[in-house]
Amino acid sequence: MARGTRFSAAATEMVANLEVIRPSATVSSVPAVAGERDLRLDLFRGVALWLIFLDHIPQNIVNWFTIRNYGFSDATEIFIFISGYTAAFVYGRAMRERGFLVSGARILRRAWQIYVAHIFLFTIFMAEIAYVAATFDNPLYAEEMNILDFLKQPDVTIFQALVLKFKPVNMDVLPLYIVLLLLFPPILALLLWQPAIAVAGSAILYVLTWNFDWNLPAYPNGVWFFNPFAWQLLFVFGAWCALGGAQRLTGLLRSPVTLCAAIGYLIFAFAITMTWYFEPLGRFVPGWLSEWMYPIDKTNLDVLRFAHFLALAAITVRFVPRDWPLLKSPIMQPAIRCGQHSLEIFCLGVFLAFAGQFVIGEWSGGWLVQVAISLTGILIMIATANLISWYKVIEGRSPTTRAKSTDLAGGEA
Amino acid sequence: MTVFIAMLASFLFAIGAAFAAEECELPVSFLTSDTDLTHAIKEIADQHRLDISVVGTGSSTLPGPDGMKFAYPARLEATLRQRLVGIEIKVTAHVESRQTTAQMAAGLQKILAADKPSVVIWQAGTFDALSGVEPDEFRTSLDDGVDAIDAADADIDLMNMQYSPRTESMLSVGAYADVMRWVAQQRGTLLFDRLAIMRYWNDAGTFDLYSTTKNYDMARSVHDCIGRALASQIINATHLDTDKTQTPR
Repeated sequence: MARGTRFSAAATEMVANLEVIRPSATVSSVPAVAGERDLRLDLFRGVALWLIFLDHIPQNIVNWFTIRNYGFSDATEIFIFISGYTAAFVYGRAMRERGFLVSGARILRRAWQIYVAHIFLFTIFMAEIAYVAATFDNPLYAEEMNILDFLKQPDVTIFQALVLKFKPVNMDVLPLYIVLLLLFPPILALLLWQPAIAVAGSAILYVLTWNFDWNLPAYPNGVWFFNPFAWQLLFVFGAWCALGGAQRLTGLLRSPVTLCAAIGYLIFAFAITMTWYFEPLGRFVPGWLSEWMYPIDKTNLDVLRFAHFLALAAITVRFVPRDWPLLKSPIMQPAIRCGQHSLEIFCLGVFLAFAGQFVIGEWSGGWLVQVAISLTGILIMIATANLISWYKVIEGRSPTTRAKSTDLAGGEA
Repeated sequence: MTVFIAMLASFLFAIGAAFAAEECELPVSFLTSDTDLTHAIKEIADQHRLDISVVGTGSSTLPGPDGMKFAYPARLEATLRQRLVGIEIKVTAHVESRQTTAQMAAGLQKILAADKPSVVIWQAGTFDALSGVEPDEFRTSLDDGVDAIDAADADIDLMNMQYSPRTESMLSVGAYADVMRWVAQQRGTLLFDRLAIMRYWNDAGTFDLYSTTKNYDMARSVHDCIGRALASQIINATHLDTDKTQTPR
């Protein structure tokens, strides 16, 4: 199968790259974790959260400004990569200083917090569905209204939601994150001990997933929208970067060849996405290319999406250095704050997207309403992030006071 | 006075009818493509008839005992008869609620053998989205169905889901619509992009698809417009339109 070969080749190449990179890497087999928090992570995670919020409102003109329209990957890749990075950054240090048991327990506690947040969102979703069921009636949509069927069996549905099998629309990211964190303690231990083996193992799991169609089952049927066995690649790669991988890649990232390849690939992806919106352009895409390329699978983190994220990341890292002066400027603080409280802001974003969609529908929203809702949503996210920071300050838990502790350096995991 | 009221009423009715004819207005691009309905062209040329089968699920009909009478397959037949004078038109609808595309694909052979159509309008995707069928599996089922229809020497017009703003946040149809677009492109079939067309009508204010009503009027008008739009698409793809008007009438 052409696809299988393509992924095997991608994985082999990745492992080969690791081999190439290794000799030039720093001598230490357990790379040191940088001491100071990297504000770029908070910044881009914050921006990703805004984009996820905007993308979750289907009829929104502002959607046209989000990255998913101009390439293969979207904000989910950024979110998962940075989550892997920060998880390794925070718990990697904990694991070295206090051992596997303590750091593992902390990771599991974080997974539990995310689970609780997910169930909270599910409750809001149920309220929305119940409202629609009680108020909406239109014979035109008799078939679509079957979506409300599960209200007839709350015993089954709520149980399936509790075991993460039933996941309403737009609520797939947190369950993915939970599974990734549940599996993280042993992966982190391996990353600290033998990083190359950990990354190679992750790539092999990714390839096997593609070849054998592995995924977790969903309810009422089907599989998880974000396949954890595929998306772990990005999470583990992020973690690897945090634990010294990024430093190992410095040479590669500085090379003009990498830059040209990244820019070339982004242009290619941009051109392809344009053919989705302007159909006549489609005839310029050769048949063999479409045959090979499509469908670009989000569920299994298509290698084209992964590569697109890598290209974006390579360019970003090159032009936005760690000590970029703007990172300290007030303009960037709103996004950075949101990125620092990612779990709360993510949940808020999902809720605001629900609410925004209601308002747009009720007002049969013109573009002005859509822009107003998008901006208001982002402002609410920023205000909430600031509020959470304030709470942490008054409770003596601000990120700055905790930078010395091992828990929340670099924002939340 | 009565006469005056009757005149006023008939005047208003005439205006209403004129608006009704215009209300399905659509950009030409929704109903034109490079794909021809070759089997239909041949059937019309050789036999002066056009046999169409519609295969679909709940959104291809309306609720109630007379649902089919006002649903788009019947409206399509009426419009084609009106516009293609001298050609015998027969539209046979096979609509069954709660069917996945795999189930419909499995039943196609029987339908094709019975109807012997030159065009099959295949409405799919909604129930698959409702029951969480994997998009990959959905694609395979569509491919199987397209194979069966190809083998029976009929043209295909794939119809995707309805645009339903009220359930949009609960029922994600995007992935299924993408698959249908992809299959249509790969297999060189027509695609009736109902999702985009209804969204266009909603945005243009033709219909307020977000509204809540127990009344059947809007649902019937939407189906009427879909029937007329389908007729225009078929006429465009068989090059039968003499006056080159490509928007629905």
